[in-house]
Amino acid sequence: MTEIGLGHYLTLGAIIFSIGIIGIFLNRKNIIVILMSIELILLAVNINLVAFSIFLGDLAGQVFTLFILTVAAAEAAIGLAIIVVYYRNSGTIRVEEIDKLKG
Amino acid sequence: MIAHAIFFYIFSFIAIVSAVMVTASKNTVHSVFFLILDFISISCLFIMIGAEFLGMIMLIVYVGAVAVLFLFVVMMLNVAQQKNQWFASKESSRHIPVGLIISTLIFFELIIVIGGWKYKPDLFDLNNSMTNFNLSNTHSIGQILYTDYIHIFQISGMILLVAMVGAIVLTFRKREGVKTQSYLKQISRERSEGVQIVEVETNKGVKIDD
Repeated sequence: MTEIGLGHYLTLGAIIFSIGIIGIFLNRKNIIVILMSIELILLAVNINLVAFSIFLGDLAGQVFTLFILTVAAAEAAIGLAIIVVYYRNSGTIRVEEIDKLKG
Repeated sequence: MIAHAIFFYIFSFIAIVSAVMVTASKNTVHSVFFLILDFISISCLFIMIGAEFLGMIMLIVYVGAVAVLFLFVVMMLNVAQQKNQWFASKESSRHIPVGLIISTLIFFELIIVIGGWKYKPDLFDLNNSMTNFNLSNTHSIGQILYTDYIHIFQISGMILLVAMVGAIVLTFRKREGVKTQSYLKQISRERSEGVQIVEVETNKGVKIDD
């Protein structure tokens, strides 16, 4: 219990990943919170990669985490730009009222 | 060692609670603040585990850029007006059991994988890139990032460029009725249409533009 090993970090990553998925499913407010849940999921993946990298002694995991950070930043920027454009055109970003695609 | 464990539990508890609050809080601005708290505690964990460079990059990129971008958009979009109850209608509350079931399934699958997972013990001896303990974490990452992973590094730069251009193109709009300079018009003016020389007679004055 006092010896923090790889399993502890992986469990933390699993918990945060599941919370992110719950956030995507249960969110009915606005679409920004869904983007934040996606950020949480990427964060959980980063925790896993860094924990493996440290405990197995290979730096490739940390380098890969760096690239995930890059992609996450780009994705957040594009997603927020799309949200801003959508809000300007339709006046709402509530999840229920975004049904233009009739999906 | 015991202090390490205590700090791990403190930071991970804060991270989990704030992750729950990100999805559960009614106000979107509060969600963004809890997201920032989550990033900070996770980066503290990274620094604690020995990945100082990633912890610091996490603080700079996520807390300094991404979360502030979220905050900016939330404040720009007047979401406070749409602050209402969690589940607006019956139609949407249909998704609650499905979401709960799927996410708990995923969680237990991950836990089973972690619990039953055994790695080969000789994997620990495979220290191919962290053998040199004299180097700091940042130094050793830099040594492989700019040599072995240089192509991926360049490609990630291109991704950021494309994202920047895309965000600008998406949100840019031309407004009507705004007085701006037209450079083409300014440059292409000629003397014949700009200046006129008039002989002024004494005591009579001149009439221009009639």
